[in-house]
Amino acid sequence: MHPFLLSLMGGLLIGLSSWLLLFTLGRVAGVSGIASGLVAPYRALRDDRAWRWAFVLGLVGAGLAMALIIAPPQIPPRPVFLLVAAGLLVGYGTVTGSGCTSGHGVCGLGRRSVRSLAATLVFMGMGLATVAVVKALAA
Amino acid sequence: MTQMTQRFFWALFSGALFAVGLVLGGMTQPAKVLGFLDIGGLARGISSSAQPGYWDPSLAFVMGGALMVTLVAFWLAPRLARPLADAQFHLPQRNDIDRRLLAGGALFGIGWGLAGYCPGPALASVLTGGADTLFFVAAMVIGMWAAKRFPLPSGANGELAEIAEAGPAPAPRSV
Repeated sequence: MHPFLLSLMGGLLIGLSSWLLLFTLGRVAGVSGIASGLVAPYRALRDDRAWRWAFVLGLVGAGLAMALIIAPPQIPPRPVFLLVAAGLLVGYGTVTGSGCTSGHGVCGLGRRSVRSLAATLVFMGMGLATVAVVKALAA
Repeated sequence: MTQMTQRFFWALFSGALFAVGLVLGGMTQPAKVLGFLDIGGLARGISSSAQPGYWDPSLAFVMGGALMVTLVAFWLAPRLARPLADAQFHLPQRNDIDRRLLAGGALFGIGWGLAGYCPGPALASVLTGGADTLFFVAAMVIGMWAAKRFPLPSGANGELAEIAEAGPAPAPRSV
C-alpha cells in the first residue's frame, strides 16, 4: 500500500478513536489534556482518574504491541539536552495552550472551534519556523 | 458493570485504537513529522519516506483522515442526550482567544519542531523509541506538572486551563 494511503488510514483510525471517546465518555480525545490530568493537583480534577490511566495505558500498550507488526524507527542518537528541552516545551506548552495536535488539531478543528483553529495555526507555524531555523543553523 | 468500569474499558480501547492509527500513519517516526514541518524541502521535492531534504506530506494525510471522521462525529454529537457511559458531555466551552492559548501553542510548536514529537506519538512510542522517547516523555511529564502548578499568568482574568476541562468551578491556584 502506498505510504500516503496508509497515513490516510491511520488518520481515519485516529478519527474513529476520537469518535469512540466522544460517543462513550463524552470527551475530547486530546492526549495532552488526558495525560496532564494525571499530574494535576488532586483537587483541581473533579472527575475520576481511572479513565485517563486507561487511555494512556491503551496508547502506550498498543504502541508497544504495534512494534511486533511494524518495526519501530531506528532513531539516530540525539543530544539529551535537545530531547529534554523539547519535552519541557511540549509539556508546558500544551497544558498552557489547553491542547495539542489531537485536542486542538484533530478534535478542535472537528468541532469547528475558533480557539482550536488559532492554536493549531500557531503551533504549526512555530513548528515550521523552528525546523527552518534548526536547518539554517545546521547548514 | 458500573459506569466507571465501562469508562475504563472504553478509554482503554480508544487509546489503543489511537496508537494503532498513529503507528500506521507513520507519526511515531519523528523523521516523518520533521519532514512535514520542513516545508522548505518542497523546493527539492516530495518524499513518502522522510528522505532528508525533501518534504514529507504524510502528516497532512493523517490529519485529513482524522478530520474527515471528527467533523462528522462532532456534528452528530449534539443529537445525543448523553454519552453512553456518562451522565453528560464534557466538552470545552470557551471561545475566546487569549494570551495563554497563543503562548502555549507557540511553546508547544517550538518543542514539536525541535524533536518531532507531540504528546500522542511520544506516549505511543515511549516503550519502543529507546532513550529518545524516554528522555522526551520524562521531560514532557515534568513540563505538564510544572504548567499545572506554575501556570503562565493570563492577561485579563487569571483563569487556569483546567476550568475548561473540569467544568465551571474555579480551580484553585496552587503554587
